[in-house]
Amino acid sequence: MLLVVEQFLNGLQFGLLLFLLAAGLTLVFGIMDFVNLAHGSLYMMGAYFAATFVAWTGNFVLGIILALGATLLLGIALEFVALRHLYGRDHLDHVLATFGLILFFNDAVRLIWGPAGLALPLPAWLTVPIAILPGIYYPAYRLAIIVVALVVALMLYVVVMRTRLGMLIRAGASNREMIGALGINIKLLYTLVFGLGAALAGLAGLMQAPILTVQIGMGENILILAFVIIVIGGIGSIRGAFLAAIFVGMIDTLGRAFLPDLLRQMLSSTAASTAAPALSSMLIYLLMAIVLVLRPEGLFPANRR
Amino acid sequence: MRTAFWLVGATALALATPAMAADSIKIGFVSTFSGPTAVIGNDMRNSFELALDHLGRKMGGKPVEVIYEDDGQKPDVGKQKTEKLVQSDKVDFIVGYIWSNVLLASLKSAVDSQTFLISANAGPSQLAGELCSPYVFSTSWQNDQTPEAMGLYMNQKGIKSVFLIGPNYAAGKDMLAGVKSTFKGQVVGEEYTVWPSQLDFSAELSKARASKADAIFVFYPGAAGVQFLNQYVQAGLKQQIPLYTAFTIDELSLPLQKENALGIPGAQEWVNDLPNEENKRFVADYRKKYPGLRPTFYGAQSYDAAHLINSAVVAVKGDSSKKDAMKAEMEKANFKSVRGPFKYGKNHIPIQSFYLQDVVKDANGELSLKTVATIVENSQDRFHDKCPMK
Repeated sequence: MLLVVEQFLNGLQFGLLLFLLAAGLTLVFGIMDFVNLAHGSLYMMGAYFAATFVAWTGNFVLGIILALGATLLLGIALEFVALRHLYGRDHLDHVLATFGLILFFNDAVRLIWGPAGLALPLPAWLTVPIAILPGIYYPAYRLAIIVVALVVALMLYVVVMRTRLGMLIRAGASNREMIGALGINIKLLYTLVFGLGAALAGLAGLMQAPILTVQIGMGENILILAFVIIVIGGIGSIRGAFLAAIFVGMIDTLGRAFLPDLLRQMLSSTAASTAAPALSSMLIYLLMAIVLVLRPEGLFPANRR
Repeated sequence: MRTAFWLVGATALALATPAMAADSIKIGFVSTFSGPTAVIGNDMRNSFELALDHLGRKMGGKPVEVIYEDDGQKPDVGKQKTEKLVQSDKVDFIVGYIWSNVLLASLKSAVDSQTFLISANAGPSQLAGELCSPYVFSTSWQNDQTPEAMGLYMNQKGIKSVFLIGPNYAAGKDMLAGVKSTFKGQVVGEEYTVWPSQLDFSAELSKARASKADAIFVFYPGAAGVQFLNQYVQAGLKQQIPLYTAFTIDELSLPLQKENALGIPGAQEWVNDLPNEENKRFVADYRKKYPGLRPTFYGAQSYDAAHLINSAVVAVKGDSSKKDAMKAEMEKANFKSVRGPFKYGKNHIPIQSFYLQDVVKDANGELSLKTVATIVENSQDRFHDKCPMK
């Protein structure tokens, strides 16, 4: 029983982290109709900035705030310098250009920080496990991720649903030409949205960094999951991304946790332990396939409201 | 005029190259030079280059030419690169291979062309058993050997139950099988994770905690070892269940694992402080040539591979067409290994000692690996009986 609670928390934590990454991606894809493969690079840059600033200032929280600002600025600069010229083009051009950016960022990181990767050590108050219920200990840092991600999700909800900026963003997701025709400065809106997406990706990266290592190409595997999430959730929909991310996080973690034991009751022990990891990593893609067959628009499409 | 000049120059070069090739020893080196595990490939290349420096960049009086190829940690790419080295570069030896799955994919191309392949790391069980070949040698170990030593050590420590975690690929399966073959207590759980993409081990760590085992054994090479150890400590498990490792803490991962690694034991056939003269020279010169870096066991095995090849080439006085004579010489392991003397089994896998290593703070306050004890001497892999070679 205790194990089930712990595994649910693991799934929730992973799902919320994926949400931060997917939220930026779905905003950019949904509103700007721009396929950004380099989103994973911004995730990586967030982690590298955090490792650098934390080492430089000696203060974990301050370092992270500086890193968030740096990723935001990097996102805005990237949009201004490179991506702005690609909006009118085909999706294939976006893919090509942003794939080039992935290579650019990987090699830039190799030049600046070297190939070996960095560590982002946690302050002592985050490394202790906390008793959330009698007998259930959970790492303080993973709890912190859950709290921060929930707060960010709430803030995003408030900004998107309750402010003028959010109204414009939603309008942009529904009909781009129309809000341009109404005299909204669409260029500025795009730059802001892209910067926001970059900061969210950076936040995901720097929060993941103490659990994993800060290394070149760290954003590439997880980006695939983020794309799966925005497809399941419906492109451009924050709410869809949130629910789909929790869903995917749960399926991934619970699949890994309980599938091997389930299989062991049916198959021999060795066959089960080989088949289980393969099967559990397939579950997410099965879910995506099913969603694509039944609801090709995703579970919560943005422009159908 | 200018064009003509270049043409003449290019022709001269084109003519000169094959003539030079015949007078040199050509070695292909397949390892991982890109992606998160590129640091391992770099260490192997650094050590191999250092060995060539120590040999005067000549073997049997002939200059040595090395072609480095990047496998990107992918079996299909490793196979392509091996085929390229064999077919178009026509190398005399192929060295390297960090990953067992990459080596297994590449093996046939090398063996079919009767090119000598020296594995400087990977040691899948198949290579020691049914897939053994006269043309394949190892300067490392068979995968099971190192965890077997760890299993013996856990018996010494009186551990009654263990929870095993490892990656789901050829080496991960060998490693966990190795521990199980020598550990006398109960195995209460066995988890395989998706390799190399899964980097979050929360689900596995939760299960290990719930199992209430006496100990956890893991095998996570490269960056995954850093990630596993971070998460193990963050989960508060370091105070609850002690960790025993194989290939999880080394000189590349230690600067990132930092204090988390203190006091966590591992088994290894080579440690940087082994007291023989060759090893002292290797470690000292490595640190001189590559400031800020320390050699790892991956590097030590690559350094040995260069010396193994040299022993063969010297024995035939640089005539690399005498393959039988070179094979016979390499079977004697007639060179001074940095791990100390070892013998080859008939399957060309070393019969060697394994040491217990621990993470300590050295005199300068830096974290380093230290030999604590010899766990086992003359360890031979469990698969040599399956090898048909005599």
